[in-house]
Amino acid sequence: MSETTTSLPPSSSEEEGLAFLDRSLARPRTLFDLCMSGLCGLFSLAAAVPLFSVLFMLAWRGGARISVALFTELPPAAGMEGGGIGNAIVGSLLVVLIASVISVPIGILGGFFLAEIDPESRTAALVRFGAKMLTGLPSILAGVFAYTAVVLLTGRFSPLAGGVALALLMLPIIMLTTEEAVRSVGSEVKEGAVAMGATQTQVVWHVLFPTALPGILTGVLLALSRGAGETAPLLFTMTFSDYWLSRNPMEPTASLAVLIFNFSKSPFENQKAVAWAASLVLVLIVLTLTIGGQALSRRTATSRSVA
Amino acid sequence: MAMTNEESPRAAAGNGRIFDLEVSALYYDKFKAVRDVVLTMERRTVTALIGPSGCGKSTVLRCLNRMNDLKRTFRLEGRICYRGKDIYAKSIDPVALRRTIGMVFQKPNPFAMSIYQNVAYGLRLNGYRGNRSEKVEQALRAAALWEEVKDKLHASALALSGGQQQRLCIARSIATEPDVLLMDEPTSAIDPIATQKIEDLMRELKKKFTIAIVTHDLQQARRIADKTAFFYVDTAEGDRTGYLVEFGETQDLFEKPKQKHTQDYIRGVFS
Repeated sequence: MSETTTSLPPSSSEEEGLAFLDRSLARPRTLFDLCMSGLCGLFSLAAAVPLFSVLFMLAWRGGARISVALFTELPPAAGMEGGGIGNAIVGSLLVVLIASVISVPIGILGGFFLAEIDPESRTAALVRFGAKMLTGLPSILAGVFAYTAVVLLTGRFSPLAGGVALALLMLPIIMLTTEEAVRSVGSEVKEGAVAMGATQTQVVWHVLFPTALPGILTGVLLALSRGAGETAPLLFTMTFSDYWLSRNPMEPTASLAVLIFNFSKSPFENQKAVAWAASLVLVLIVLTLTIGGQALSRRTATSRSVA
Repeated sequence: MAMTNEESPRAAAGNGRIFDLEVSALYYDKFKAVRDVVLTMERRTVTALIGPSGCGKSTVLRCLNRMNDLKRTFRLEGRICYRGKDIYAKSIDPVALRRTIGMVFQKPNPFAMSIYQNVAYGLRLNGYRGNRSEKVEQALRAAALWEEVKDKLHASALALSGGQQQRLCIARSIATEPDVLLMDEPTSAIDPIATQKIEDLMRELKKKFTIAIVTHDLQQARRIADKTAFFYVDTAEGDRTGYLVEFGETQDLFEKPKQKHTQDYIRGVFS
Protein backbone atom coordinates (compact mmCIF):
# COMPACT_ATOMS: atom_id res chain seq x y z
CA MET A 1 0.00 0.00 0.00
CA SER A 2 2.68 2.43 0.97
CA GLU A 3 4.57 1.48 -2.15
CA THR A 4 1.74 2.41 -4.48
CA THR A 5 1.15 5.81 -2.91
CA THR A 6 4.74 6.84 -3.48
CA SER A 7 5.21 5.52 -6.99
CA LEU A 8 1.85 6.39 -8.53
CA PRO A 9 0.80 9.89 -9.61
CA PRO A 10 -1.11 11.85 -6.96
CA SER A 11 -4.64 10.63 -6.32
CA SER A 12 -7.58 12.60 -7.71
CA SER A 13 -8.34 14.21 -4.38
CA GLU A 14 -4.84 15.63 -4.22
CA GLU A 15 -5.12 16.95 -7.75
CA GLU A 16 -8.26 18.84 -6.89
CA GLY A 17 -6.43 20.46 -4.04
CA LEU A 18 -3.75 21.68 -6.44
CA ALA A 19 -6.14 23.16 -9.00
CA PHE A 20 -5.09 26.65 -7.90
CA LEU A 21 -1.79 26.03 -9.64
CA ASP A 22 -3.44 25.88 -13.07
CA ARG A 23 -3.31 28.94 -15.29
CA SER A 24 -6.77 30.44 -15.65
CA LEU A 25 -7.98 33.60 -17.37
CA ALA A 26 -11.00 33.60 -15.12
CA ARG A 27 -8.82 34.86 -12.34
CA PRO A 28 -8.96 38.71 -12.29
CA ARG A 29 -5.28 39.22 -11.66
CA THR A 30 -4.28 37.03 -14.60
CA LEU A 31 -6.69 38.82 -16.91
CA PHE A 32 -5.54 42.25 -15.69
CA ASP A 33 -1.91 41.25 -16.16
CA LEU A 34 -2.57 40.09 -19.71
CA CYS A 35 -4.44 43.29 -20.59
CA MET A 36 -1.69 45.52 -19.22
CA SER A 37 1.02 43.64 -21.10
CA GLY A 38 -1.02 43.97 -24.29
CA LEU A 39 -1.51 47.68 -23.69
CA CYS A 40 2.20 48.24 -23.17
CA GLY A 41 2.96 46.43 -26.41
CA LEU A 42 0.35 48.46 -28.29
CA PHE A 43 1.65 51.79 -26.99
CA SER A 44 5.25 51.00 -27.75
CA LEU A 45 4.20 50.11 -31.30
CA ALA A 46 2.40 53.45 -31.46
CA ALA A 47 5.66 55.18 -30.54
CA ALA A 48 7.35 53.61 -33.55
CA VAL A 49 4.60 54.71 -35.96
CA PRO A 50 5.77 58.34 -36.36
CA LEU A 51 9.34 57.34 -37.18
CA PHE A 52 8.34 54.84 -39.81
CA SER A 53 5.63 57.03 -41.30
CA VAL A 54 8.14 59.88 -41.63
CA LEU A 55 10.65 57.56 -43.28
CA PHE A 56 7.99 56.16 -45.57
CA MET A 57 6.71 59.56 -46.59
CA LEU A 58 10.22 60.90 -47.24
CA ALA A 59 11.14 57.89 -49.32
CA TRP A 60 7.90 58.21 -51.27
CA ARG A 61 7.97 61.98 -51.89
CA GLY A 62 11.72 62.51 -51.97
CA GLY A 63 12.99 59.23 -53.36
CA ALA A 64 12.06 60.07 -56.94
CA ARG A 65 14.45 63.01 -57.02
CA ILE A 66 17.49 61.05 -55.81
CA SER A 67 20.00 61.24 -58.67
CA VAL A 68 23.55 62.30 -59.38
CA ALA A 69 22.31 65.77 -60.32
CA LEU A 70 20.80 66.20 -56.86
CA PHE A 71 24.25 65.98 -55.32
CA THR A 72 26.15 68.01 -57.91
CA GLU A 73 23.89 70.87 -58.91
CA LEU A 74 22.88 74.16 -57.32
CA PRO A 75 19.36 74.70 -55.96
CA PRO A 76 16.82 75.63 -58.68
CA ALA A 77 15.73 79.26 -58.82
CA ALA A 78 12.03 80.07 -58.64
CA GLY A 79 10.17 78.63 -61.60
CA MET A 80 13.19 76.70 -62.91
CA GLU A 81 13.28 72.96 -63.49
CA GLY A 82 15.93 70.48 -62.27
CA GLY A 83 18.65 71.54 -59.85
CA GLY A 84 20.12 69.93 -56.77
CA ILE A 85 21.34 70.47 -53.26
CA GLY A 86 25.11 70.19 -53.74
CA ASN A 87 26.00 73.47 -52.08
CA ALA A 88 23.69 72.76 -49.15
CA ILE A 89 25.33 69.40 -48.50
CA VAL A 90 28.79 71.00 -48.61
CA GLY A 91 27.60 73.83 -46.37
CA SER A 92 26.05 71.45 -43.85
CA LEU A 93 29.23 69.38 -43.72
CA LEU A 94 31.34 72.51 -43.29
CA VAL A 95 29.27 73.98 -40.48
CA VAL A 96 29.12 70.66 -38.62
CA LEU A 97 32.88 70.32 -39.07
CA ILE A 98 33.46 73.78 -37.59
CA ALA A 99 31.11 72.98 -34.72
CA SER A 100 32.98 69.71 -34.08
CA VAL A 101 36.38 71.38 -34.09
CA ILE A 102 35.08 73.67 -31.35
CA SER A 103 32.99 71.25 -29.29
CA VAL A 104 34.79 67.88 -29.50
CA PRO A 105 38.07 68.83 -27.79
CA ILE A 106 36.37 70.98 -25.16
CA GLY A 107 33.70 68.35 -24.56
CA ILE A 108 36.09 65.42 -24.24
CA LEU A 109 38.64 67.17 -22.04
CA GLY A 110 35.84 68.65 -19.95
CA GLY A 111 34.26 65.23 -19.61
CA PHE A 112 37.56 63.82 -18.36
CA PHE A 113 37.78 66.63 -15.83
CA LEU A 114 34.27 65.87 -14.57
CA ALA A 115 34.82 62.12 -14.39
CA GLU A 116 38.40 61.81 -13.33
CA ILE A 117 40.58 64.84 -12.72
CA ASP A 118 38.56 66.54 -10.02
CA PRO A 119 35.03 65.11 -9.96
CA GLU A 120 34.03 66.37 -6.54
CA SER A 121 35.31 69.92 -6.87
CA ARG A 122 33.08 72.99 -7.00
CA THR A 123 34.30 73.69 -10.51
CA ALA A 124 33.10 70.26 -11.60
CA ALA A 125 29.74 70.72 -9.90
CA LEU A 126 29.31 74.07 -11.60
CA VAL A 127 30.37 72.79 -15.04
CA ARG A 128 28.17 69.70 -14.74
CA PHE A 129 25.21 71.87 -13.78
CA GLY A 130 25.93 74.20 -16.67
CA ALA A 131 26.20 71.34 -19.15
CA LYS A 132 22.90 69.86 -17.99
CA MET A 133 21.21 73.23 -18.35
CA LEU A 134 22.75 73.64 -21.79
CA THR A 135 21.27 70.33 -23.00
CA GLY A 136 17.85 71.88 -22.46
CA LEU A 137 18.76 75.12 -24.25
CA PRO A 138 16.23 75.86 -27.01
CA SER A 139 18.22 75.77 -30.23
CA ILE A 140 16.87 79.13 -31.34
CA LEU A 141 18.61 80.70 -28.34
CA ALA A 142 21.89 79.16 -29.42
CA GLY A 143 21.31 80.92 -32.74
CA VAL A 144 20.55 84.24 -31.06
CA PHE A 145 23.67 83.88 -28.93
CA ALA A 146 25.92 83.16 -31.91
CA TYR A 147 24.26 86.00 -33.80
CA THR A 148 25.19 88.41 -31.02
CA ALA A 149 28.58 86.96 -30.30
CA VAL A 150 29.84 86.31 -33.83
CA VAL A 151 27.62 87.82 -36.54
CA LEU A 152 27.44 91.26 -34.95
CA LEU A 153 31.11 91.13 -34.06
CA THR A 154 32.38 90.09 -37.50
CA GLY A 155 29.70 92.04 -39.33
CA ARG A 156 28.61 89.10 -41.53
CA PHE A 157 26.68 85.85 -41.61
CA SER A 158 29.09 82.95 -41.89
CA PRO A 159 29.60 79.21 -41.31
CA LEU A 160 31.81 80.24 -38.40
CA ALA A 161 28.82 81.82 -36.66
CA GLY A 162 26.72 78.74 -37.51
CA GLY A 163 29.46 76.51 -36.16
CA VAL A 164 29.54 78.40 -32.87
CA ALA A 165 25.77 78.06 -32.54
CA LEU A 166 25.81 74.32 -33.25
CA ALA A 167 28.86 73.83 -30.98
CA LEU A 168 26.82 75.27 -28.13
CA LEU A 169 24.24 72.53 -28.67
CA MET A 170 26.76 69.73 -29.21
CA LEU A 171 29.12 70.56 -26.35
CA PRO A 172 26.96 69.37 -23.42
CA ILE A 173 26.07 66.11 -25.18
CA ILE A 174 29.74 65.31 -25.77
CA MET A 175 30.84 66.37 -22.31
CA LEU A 176 28.20 64.44 -20.41
CA THR A 177 28.51 61.24 -22.46
CA THR A 178 32.30 61.40 -22.08
CA GLU A 179 31.91 61.75 -18.32
CA GLU A 180 29.58 58.75 -18.28
CA ALA A 181 31.89 56.66 -20.50
CA VAL A 182 34.96 57.43 -18.39
CA ARG A 183 33.13 56.71 -15.16
CA SER A 184 32.02 53.35 -16.46
CA VAL A 185 35.61 52.17 -16.90
CA GLY A 186 36.13 49.74 -14.04
CA SER A 187 38.08 51.12 -11.11
CA GLU A 188 40.14 47.89 -11.08
CA VAL A 189 41.80 48.75 -14.38
CA LYS A 190 42.45 52.30 -13.29
CA GLU A 191 43.94 51.13 -10.00
CA GLY A 192 46.15 48.74 -11.94
CA ALA A 193 47.68 51.62 -13.86
CA VAL A 194 48.04 53.78 -10.75
CA ALA A 195 49.76 50.92 -8.95
CA MET A 196 52.20 50.58 -11.86
CA GLY A 197 53.28 54.14 -11.14
CA ALA A 198 51.39 55.92 -13.88
CA THR A 199 50.76 59.63 -13.38
CA GLN A 200 47.23 60.93 -13.66
CA THR A 201 47.82 62.05 -17.23
CA GLN A 202 49.24 58.62 -18.10
CA VAL A 203 46.27 56.87 -16.50
CA VAL A 204 43.95 59.02 -18.59
CA TRP A 205 45.74 58.57 -21.92
CA HIS A 206 46.95 54.98 -21.62
CA VAL A 207 43.99 53.35 -19.92
CA LEU A 208 40.87 55.47 -19.50
CA PHE A 209 40.80 57.05 -22.94
CA PRO A 210 41.23 53.86 -25.00
CA THR A 211 38.77 51.96 -22.83
CA ALA A 212 36.16 54.72 -22.89
CA LEU A 213 36.69 55.56 -26.56
CA PRO A 214 33.66 53.73 -28.00
CA GLY A 215 31.42 55.44 -25.46
CA ILE A 216 32.97 58.81 -26.21
CA LEU A 217 32.52 58.30 -29.96
CA THR A 218 28.88 57.43 -29.35
CA GLY A 219 28.43 60.80 -27.70
CA VAL A 220 30.24 62.58 -30.52
CA LEU A 221 28.06 60.89 -33.15
CA LEU A 222 24.87 61.71 -31.27
CA ALA A 223 26.02 65.31 -31.00
CA LEU A 224 26.84 65.38 -34.73
CA SER A 225 23.41 64.09 -35.63
CA ARG A 226 21.84 66.72 -33.40
CA GLY A 227 23.96 69.43 -34.98
CA ALA A 228 23.34 68.31 -38.56
CA GLY A 229 19.59 68.54 -38.19
CA GLU A 230 19.32 71.95 -36.52
CA THR A 231 17.66 74.74 -38.51
CA ALA A 232 16.82 77.63 -36.22
CA PRO A 233 20.40 78.44 -35.15
CA LEU A 234 21.52 78.51 -38.78
CA LEU A 235 18.75 80.91 -39.85
CA PHE A 236 20.28 83.46 -37.51
CA THR A 237 23.89 82.80 -38.29
CA MET A 238 24.60 81.74 -41.85
CA THR A 239 21.25 82.30 -43.57
CA PHE A 240 21.37 80.80 -47.06
CA SER A 241 23.17 81.09 -50.35
CA ASP A 242 22.23 79.95 -53.84
CA TYR A 243 25.87 79.54 -54.80
CA TRP A 244 28.78 77.26 -54.11
CA LEU A 245 31.03 78.02 -51.21
CA SER A 246 33.54 80.64 -52.33
CA ARG A 247 37.16 80.85 -51.30
CA ASN A 248 36.21 83.28 -48.58
CA PRO A 249 34.10 81.22 -46.23
CA MET A 250 33.03 84.23 -44.15
CA GLU A 251 29.86 84.59 -46.19
CA PRO A 252 26.27 83.43 -45.99
CA THR A 253 26.31 79.72 -46.75
CA ALA A 254 23.72 77.14 -47.70
CA SER A 255 22.76 74.22 -45.48
CA LEU A 256 20.36 71.31 -45.88
CA ALA A 257 18.19 72.35 -42.97
CA VAL A 258 17.71 75.93 -44.16
CA LEU A 259 17.19 74.76 -47.74
CA ILE A 260 14.35 72.54 -46.55
CA PHE A 261 12.93 75.41 -44.52
CA ASN A 262 13.02 77.81 -47.48
CA PHE A 263 11.86 75.50 -50.25
CA SER A 264 9.05 73.86 -48.34
CA LYS A 265 7.34 77.27 -48.19
CA SER A 266 7.85 77.78 -51.93
CA PRO A 267 4.87 77.92 -54.29
CA PHE A 268 6.89 76.16 -57.01
CA GLU A 269 6.47 72.41 -57.37
CA ASN A 270 10.09 71.84 -58.38
CA GLN A 271 11.45 73.58 -55.28
CA LYS A 272 9.05 71.59 -53.10
CA ALA A 273 10.28 68.36 -54.67
CA VAL A 274 13.88 69.37 -53.98
CA ALA A 275 12.93 70.09 -50.36
CA TRP A 276 11.52 66.56 -50.06
CA ALA A 277 14.68 65.05 -51.53
CA ALA A 278 16.87 67.17 -49.23
CA SER A 279 14.80 66.00 -46.26
CA LEU A 280 15.38 62.41 -47.22
CA VAL A 281 19.14 62.99 -47.54
CA LEU A 282 19.25 64.78 -44.18
CA VAL A 283 17.29 62.05 -42.42
CA LEU A 284 19.53 59.38 -43.91
CA ILE A 285 22.63 61.22 -42.69
CA VAL A 286 21.22 61.64 -39.18
CA LEU A 287 19.97 58.05 -39.08
CA THR A 288 23.39 56.74 -40.13
CA LEU A 289 25.08 58.72 -37.38
CA THR A 290 22.58 57.59 -34.75
CA ILE A 291 22.75 53.94 -35.72
CA GLY A 292 26.55 54.16 -35.84
CA GLY A 293 26.53 55.63 -32.35
CA GLN A 294 24.29 52.86 -31.05
CA ALA A 295 26.43 50.16 -32.61
CA LEU A 296 29.48 51.65 -30.92
CA SER A 297 27.81 51.83 -27.53
CA ARG A 298 26.68 48.22 -27.87
CA ARG A 299 30.26 47.27 -28.59
CA THR A 300 31.38 49.07 -25.42
CA ALA A 301 28.79 47.19 -23.43
CA THR A 302 29.89 43.79 -24.72
CA SER A 303 33.61 44.47 -24.36
CA ARG A 304 32.95 45.57 -20.79
CA SER A 305 31.10 42.38 -19.97
CA VAL A 306 33.93 40.31 -21.45
CA ALA A 307 36.46 42.17 -19.32
CA MET B 1 62.85 59.12 -14.89
CA ALA B 2 61.28 57.99 -11.70
CA MET B 3 64.44 57.28 -9.81
CA THR B 4 67.84 58.82 -9.79
CA ASN B 5 70.81 56.92 -8.51
CA GLU B 6 71.09 58.51 -5.09
CA GLU B 7 67.43 57.75 -4.37
CA SER B 8 67.59 54.16 -5.51
CA PRO B 9 66.12 51.98 -2.79
CA ARG B 10 68.64 49.25 -3.42
CA ALA B 11 71.55 51.64 -2.87
CA ALA B 12 70.01 52.65 0.45
CA ALA B 13 69.49 49.06 1.56
CA GLY B 14 70.45 48.97 5.17
CA ASN B 15 69.56 46.37 7.71
CA GLY B 16 67.17 44.43 5.49
CA ARG B 17 64.06 46.00 6.93
CA ILE B 18 61.78 46.97 4.11
CA PHE B 19 58.78 48.31 5.97
CA ASP B 20 58.35 49.69 9.47
CA LEU B 21 54.75 50.50 10.33
CA GLU B 22 53.87 52.54 13.39
CA VAL B 23 50.32 53.47 12.59
CA SER B 24 48.11 54.86 15.32
CA ALA B 25 45.06 55.32 13.10
CA LEU B 26 43.79 55.34 9.50
CA TYR B 27 40.74 57.44 8.71
CA TYR B 28 38.28 57.77 5.85
CA ASP B 29 36.89 61.20 6.57
CA LYS B 30 35.74 60.83 10.20
CA PHE B 31 35.51 57.06 10.16
CA LYS B 32 38.42 55.38 11.90
CA ALA B 33 39.04 52.28 9.81
CA VAL B 34 42.15 50.90 11.48
CA ARG B 35 44.05 51.58 14.70
CA ASP B 36 47.28 50.47 16.35
CA VAL B 37 49.31 48.65 13.76
CA VAL B 38 52.96 48.14 14.56
CA LEU B 39 54.85 45.67 12.43
CA THR B 40 57.92 45.24 10.28
CA MET B 41 58.57 43.46 7.03
CA GLU B 42 61.96 42.00 6.27
CA ARG B 43 63.70 41.80 2.94
CA ARG B 44 62.89 38.73 0.83
CA THR B 45 60.21 37.40 3.10
CA VAL B 46 56.52 36.86 2.66
CA THR B 47 54.31 38.61 5.19
CA ALA B 48 50.65 37.61 5.28
CA LEU B 49 47.90 39.85 6.60
CA ILE B 50 44.90 37.80 7.75
CA GLY B 51 41.67 38.41 9.63
CA PRO B 52 37.90 38.61 9.20
CA SER B 53 36.23 40.91 6.65
CA GLY B 54 36.33 44.56 7.61
CA CYS B 55 39.37 44.24 9.85
CA GLY B 56 41.36 46.67 7.73
CA LYS B 57 44.00 44.35 6.36
CA SER B 58 43.53 45.55 2.77
CA THR B 59 43.50 49.16 3.94
CA VAL B 60 46.86 48.62 5.61
CA LEU B 61 48.27 46.92 2.50
CA ARG B 62 47.11 49.80 0.33
CA CYS B 63 49.01 52.24 2.53
CA LEU B 64 52.29 50.66 1.57
CA ASN B 65 52.19 52.04 -1.98
CA ARG B 66 49.88 54.93 -1.13
CA MET B 67 46.99 53.56 -3.17
CA ASN B 68 44.73 55.04 -0.51
CA ASP B 69 45.61 58.43 -1.94
CA LEU B 70 42.92 57.73 -4.54
CA LYS B 71 40.35 58.14 -1.79
CA ARG B 72 40.34 61.84 -1.19
CA THR B 73 39.23 61.64 2.43
CA PHE B 74 41.93 59.19 3.51
CA ARG B 75 44.17 60.25 6.39
CA LEU B 76 46.95 58.50 8.25
CA GLU B 77 48.14 59.10 11.80
CA GLY B 78 51.52 57.62 12.50
CA ARG B 79 54.40 56.64 10.29
CA ILE B 80 55.09 54.12 7.56
CA CYS B 81 58.73 53.86 6.69
CA TYR B 82 60.03 52.20 3.56
CA ARG B 83 63.72 51.43 4.01
CA GLY B 84 63.82 54.00 6.77
CA LYS B 85 62.11 56.75 4.79
CA ASP B 86 58.68 58.02 5.83
CA ILE B 87 56.56 57.48 2.72
CA TYR B 88 53.80 59.79 3.96
CA ALA B 89 56.22 62.70 4.27
CA LYS B 90 55.35 65.70 2.10
CA SER B 91 58.52 65.33 0.05
CA ILE B 92 57.57 61.85 -1.22
CA ASP B 93 56.34 61.42 -4.81
CA PRO B 94 53.77 58.61 -4.68
CA VAL B 95 54.21 57.89 -8.39
CA ALA B 96 57.92 57.17 -7.86
CA LEU B 97 57.07 55.05 -4.82
CA ARG B 98 54.59 52.94 -6.82
CA ARG B 99 57.18 52.30 -9.50
CA THR B 100 59.31 50.50 -6.96
CA ILE B 101 56.46 48.77 -5.13
CA GLY B 102 54.34 46.59 -7.41
CA MET B 103 50.79 45.52 -6.67
CA VAL B 104 48.54 42.63 -7.68
CA PHE B 105 44.82 42.92 -7.04
CA GLN B 106 42.01 40.61 -6.02
CA LYS B 107 40.33 40.75 -9.40
CA PRO B 108 42.67 40.25 -12.35
CA ASN B 109 42.83 43.66 -14.04
CA PRO B 110 44.81 43.44 -17.28
CA PHE B 111 44.62 46.51 -19.49
CA ALA B 112 42.65 46.27 -22.74
CA MET B 113 45.89 45.82 -24.66
CA SER B 114 47.85 42.87 -26.00
CA ILE B 115 49.59 40.45 -23.64
CA TYR B 116 52.94 41.90 -24.68
CA GLN B 117 51.87 45.49 -24.14
CA ASN B 118 50.50 44.67 -20.71
CA VAL B 119 53.84 43.34 -19.54
CA ALA B 120 55.79 46.10 -21.28
CA TYR B 121 53.57 48.80 -19.77
CA GLY B 122 55.76 49.42 -16.75
CA LEU B 123 58.87 49.50 -18.94
CA ARG B 124 57.14 52.06 -21.12
CA LEU B 125 56.25 54.17 -18.09
CA ASN B 126 59.83 54.06 -16.88
CA GLY B 127 61.16 54.95 -20.31
CA TYR B 128 63.16 51.71 -20.38
CA ARG B 129 65.44 51.84 -23.42
CA GLY B 130 66.96 48.37 -23.37
CA ASN B 131 65.64 45.21 -24.95
CA ARG B 132 61.99 45.26 -24.00
CA SER B 133 61.12 41.93 -25.60
CA GLU B 134 63.74 40.24 -23.45
CA LYS B 135 62.35 41.83 -20.29
CA VAL B 136 58.81 40.83 -21.27
CA GLU B 137 59.87 37.23 -21.83
CA GLN B 138 61.74 37.16 -18.51
CA ALA B 139 58.73 38.49 -16.64
CA LEU B 140 56.35 36.05 -18.32
CA ARG B 141 58.69 33.16 -17.55
CA ALA B 142 58.99 34.30 -13.95
CA ALA B 143 55.21 34.39 -13.73
CA ALA B 144 55.03 30.84 -15.16
CA LEU B 145 52.96 32.04 -18.08
CA TRP B 146 55.47 32.08 -20.93
CA GLU B 147 54.78 28.61 -22.27
CA GLU B 148 51.04 29.31 -22.46
CA VAL B 149 51.24 32.65 -24.24
CA LYS B 150 54.49 32.71 -26.21
CA ASP B 151 52.67 32.09 -29.49
CA LYS B 152 50.02 34.76 -28.94
CA LEU B 153 51.87 37.65 -27.37
CA HIS B 154 49.98 40.11 -29.50
CA ALA B 155 46.53 38.73 -28.76
CA SER B 156 44.30 40.66 -26.38
CA ALA B 157 45.03 40.03 -22.72
CA LEU B 158 41.29 39.99 -22.07
CA ALA B 159 41.00 36.69 -23.96
CA LEU B 160 43.04 34.83 -21.31
CA SER B 161 41.40 32.81 -18.55
CA GLY B 162 41.07 34.31 -15.08
CA GLY B 163 44.07 32.44 -13.69
CA GLN B 164 46.18 33.36 -16.71
CA GLN B 165 45.11 36.98 -16.40
CA GLN B 166 46.20 37.01 -12.77
CA ARG B 167 49.60 35.57 -13.66
CA LEU B 168 49.81 38.19 -16.42
CA CYS B 169 49.16 40.88 -13.81
CA ILE B 170 51.97 39.42 -11.74
CA ALA B 171 54.25 39.45 -14.79
CA ARG B 172 53.25 43.04 -15.42
CA SER B 173 54.16 43.96 -11.85
CA ILE B 174 57.52 42.24 -11.81
CA ALA B 175 58.68 43.26 -15.29
CA THR B 176 60.10 46.50 -13.90
CA GLU B 177 61.85 44.56 -11.12
CA PRO B 178 60.19 46.33 -8.23
CA ASP B 179 61.55 46.01 -4.72
CA VAL B 180 58.32 44.90 -3.09
CA LEU B 181 55.24 43.08 -4.36
CA LEU B 182 51.93 43.77 -2.65
CA MET B 183 49.20 41.19 -3.25
CA ASP B 184 45.62 41.87 -2.26
CA GLU B 185 43.85 38.48 -2.10
CA PRO B 186 45.47 37.46 -5.39
CA THR B 187 43.89 34.02 -5.53
CA SER B 188 40.40 34.65 -4.17
CA ALA B 189 38.87 35.08 -7.63
CA ILE B 190 40.51 32.10 -9.34
CA ASP B 191 40.28 28.33 -9.29
CA PRO B 192 42.36 25.98 -7.09
CA ILE B 193 44.73 24.83 -9.82
CA ALA B 194 45.61 28.39 -10.80
CA THR B 195 45.91 29.19 -7.09
CA GLN B 196 48.42 26.39 -6.72
CA LYS B 197 50.44 27.84 -9.58
CA ILE B 198 50.43 31.29 -8.07
CA GLU B 199 51.49 29.99 -4.66
CA ASP B 200 54.41 28.14 -6.24
CA LEU B 201 55.21 31.35 -8.01
CA MET B 202 55.25 33.32 -4.76
CA ARG B 203 57.76 30.93 -3.25
CA GLU B 204 59.95 31.52 -6.29
CA LEU B 205 59.45 35.30 -6.32
CA LYS B 206 60.37 35.56 -2.66
CA LYS B 207 63.98 34.88 -3.62
CA LYS B 208 64.08 38.25 -5.35
CA PHE B 209 61.28 40.34 -3.93
CA THR B 210 59.75 41.21 -0.61
CA ILE B 211 56.11 40.17 -0.63
CA ALA B 212 53.16 41.32 1.45
CA ILE B 213 49.93 39.43 0.87
CA VAL B 214 46.40 39.86 2.15
CA THR B 215 44.51 36.59 2.16
CA HIS B 216 41.26 35.14 3.44
CA ASP B 217 42.65 31.65 3.10
CA LEU B 218 44.39 30.79 6.36
CA GLN B 219 45.92 27.65 4.90
CA GLN B 220 47.44 29.78 2.18
CA ALA B 221 49.02 32.06 4.75
CA ARG B 222 50.34 29.03 6.53
CA ARG B 223 51.76 27.56 3.33
CA ILE B 224 53.58 30.59 1.99
CA ALA B 225 54.12 33.25 4.66
CA ASP B 226 57.20 33.62 6.83
CA LYS B 227 55.43 36.02 9.12
CA THR B 228 51.75 36.55 9.68
CA ALA B 229 49.82 39.51 11.06
CA PHE B 230 46.37 38.79 12.46
CA PHE B 231 43.86 41.66 12.36
CA TYR B 232 40.53 41.69 14.08
CA VAL B 233 37.47 43.89 14.36
CA ASP B 234 35.12 43.89 17.35
CA THR B 235 31.76 44.26 15.70
CA ALA B 236 29.99 43.01 18.80
CA GLU B 237 30.67 46.24 20.65
CA GLY B 238 29.46 48.38 17.76
CA ASP B 239 33.05 49.26 16.98
CA ARG B 240 34.07 48.84 13.37
CA THR B 241 37.70 49.83 13.74
CA GLY B 242 40.10 47.07 12.85
CA TYR B 243 43.37 46.59 14.69
CA LEU B 244 46.43 44.39 14.77
CA VAL B 245 46.00 41.64 17.33
CA GLU B 246 49.10 39.59 16.88
CA PHE B 247 52.13 39.55 14.65
CA GLY B 248 54.86 36.93 14.54
CA GLU B 249 56.39 33.94 12.81
CA THR B 250 53.67 32.14 10.88
CA GLN B 251 54.31 28.84 12.60
CA ASP B 252 54.13 30.36 16.08
CA LEU B 253 51.01 32.30 15.27
CA PHE B 254 49.18 29.24 14.00
CA GLU B 255 50.46 26.71 16.53
CA LYS B 256 50.70 28.71 19.72
CA PRO B 257 48.81 31.97 19.34
CA LYS B 258 49.22 34.27 22.29
CA GLN B 259 45.95 36.14 22.00
CA LYS B 260 42.51 34.69 22.57
CA HIS B 261 41.05 36.31 19.44
CA THR B 262 43.74 34.70 17.34
CA GLN B 263 43.10 31.31 18.91
CA ASP B 264 39.35 31.59 18.36
CA TYR B 265 39.69 32.73 14.78
CA ILE B 266 42.18 30.05 13.78
CA ARG B 267 40.32 27.32 15.60
CA GLY B 268 36.97 28.53 14.26
CA VAL B 269 38.15 28.34 10.72
CA PHE B 270 39.85 25.00 11.09
CA SER B 271 37.31 23.08 13.12
